[in-house]
Amino acid sequence: MSDPITKIATPISLDYSYTPGRAVSRFLRGIAQRKIVGERCPECTNVYVPPKGACARCGVATSEEVQIKPTGTITTYCVVNVPFTGQAVECPYVSASIVLDGADIPIMHLIQEVAAEEVRMGMRVEAVWVDESEMKPTVESIKYFRPTGEPDVPFEEVIATIEGAD
Amino acid sequence: MRDVAVISFSQAPSVRRESDLNEVEMIVPVVTEAVERSGIDRKDIGFTVSGSCDYLAGQPFAFVMGLDAIGAWPPIRESHVEMDGAWALYEAWVRLQHGDVDSALVYCFGKSSLGELRDVLSLQLDPYYLAPLWPDSVSLAALQARSLLDGSDHTELDMAEVAARSRRDARDNPNAQVTGDTDPNDLLNEPYIADPLRKHDCAPISDGAAAIVLAAGDLAREKCERPAWIKAIDHRIDAHSLGARDLKKAPSARIAAEAVGAVKDGFDVAEIHAPFTHQELILRDEFGLSDKTRINPSGGALAANPMMVAGLTRIGEAATRVMDSSADRALAHATSGPCLQQNLVCVLEGN
Repeated sequence: MSDPITKIATPISLDYSYTPGRAVSRFLRGIAQRKIVGERCPECTNVYVPPKGACARCGVATSEEVQIKPTGTITTYCVVNVPFTGQAVECPYVSASIVLDGADIPIMHLIQEVAAEEVRMGMRVEAVWVDESEMKPTVESIKYFRPTGEPDVPFEEVIATIEGAD
Repeated sequence: MRDVAVISFSQAPSVRRESDLNEVEMIVPVVTEAVERSGIDRKDIGFTVSGSCDYLAGQPFAFVMGLDAIGAWPPIRESHVEMDGAWALYEAWVRLQHGDVDSALVYCFGKSSLGELRDVLSLQLDPYYLAPLWPDSVSLAALQARSLLDGSDHTELDMAEVAARSRRDARDNPNAQVTGDTDPNDLLNEPYIADPLRKHDCAPISDGAAAIVLAAGDLAREKCERPAWIKAIDHRIDAHSLGARDLKKAPSARIAAEAVGAVKDGFDVAEIHAPFTHQELILRDEFGLSDKTRINPSGGALAANPMMVAGLTRIGEAATRVMDSSADRALAHATSGPCLQQNLVCVLEGN
């Protein structure tokens, strides 16, 4: 019997352009200048960072721009111990949800300059930006977040922040 | 069967390239308008379903982003089809037959401009032996057009007349993209882009979005002065392999039309989703439509063809003419896949 054919190669590649949209464009232009721009929902008043152009809760357009501080509070986190291809940071490292001051929706980012076991919910952190020459309209213009050294936000308040999004 | 009707419709203007707004920003205004026109509070909508295609955006699960435009809080009953919104409407119609909810929001969106559309559409073909050859959508349609021209009495002038009529009618459609007053004989002087297709034979590449609200029984009567009742709806598919089909015919369209009792005249209006001129000729034959029926008063897909949207728009345009009393009985059709592979037919009536 002849050998079974077990594989055929059919390479496929397509190129796409991307439209960030009005809200995300405002956010990306801001971040290239070390500014974080959120948008407030006119109905529930939640502030979204990055803004998507609509309130995911109310389904209405957001338009009021809100300046967000580059500081915030960790609401949850995980310690990454498993190395994988293309990993940019050495294990173990911490990936965290951070509610920035002035925002209601957390963003995800890296936590550095602190031992993984010291990271905790309620920890206050601040953005560390890339050098001026490397600033671009991308979230990678923030290298990572690091502890500010401020006292933690009490656990109950962190929980209230998370539940407040309901 | 439970009585279900279209009670509102909204669409975004079709444009060649929407480079300012993202999908969510395109959807918000049409969903907001369709819901407002329905008179039903958004929180009272019983079921939400969307139609879109991740291959258009080039992102997996791109359709999930669309939910940001809906306000899915508290969590809603929701579904999605990776198809034109007309098939999302079909799912909504089936869902309303369950009887436990009385209204449904159907929305769809498509930015055809983000990739090379004729190549993107190649990926809906058989992935092993056909898609790797990249037969593009216009060339495949040209195969079908040649098959029709050589196998029937239809001519290239018939095709040009479809294009000229569509553009002329589209002048009254503020959402249309290709409009104008042209002489079909002049169009025949234009060069071929994929013989026997000329530019006017092909629908434009369009970005757009649309939304419809359906309501059942008394809710439809309460919220809408003259609901466009869905008297019957059916969809059928032909074989996937193009070689297995007689391309000059669309048997799936005929069977769907027979299933809804539509293979006879008696329609005031027919909105037919034919992205190529020769496809309208095929579909008119399959549906048995004569000159008594006004075909594509909106200009049809030849005037505006946002992928995943143009089919639902046919239902919306037909329903609008029933709701505003300019038609009593309307036929709406949507197609999907290469060379009219899949077809949905819907009969709408005012009484």
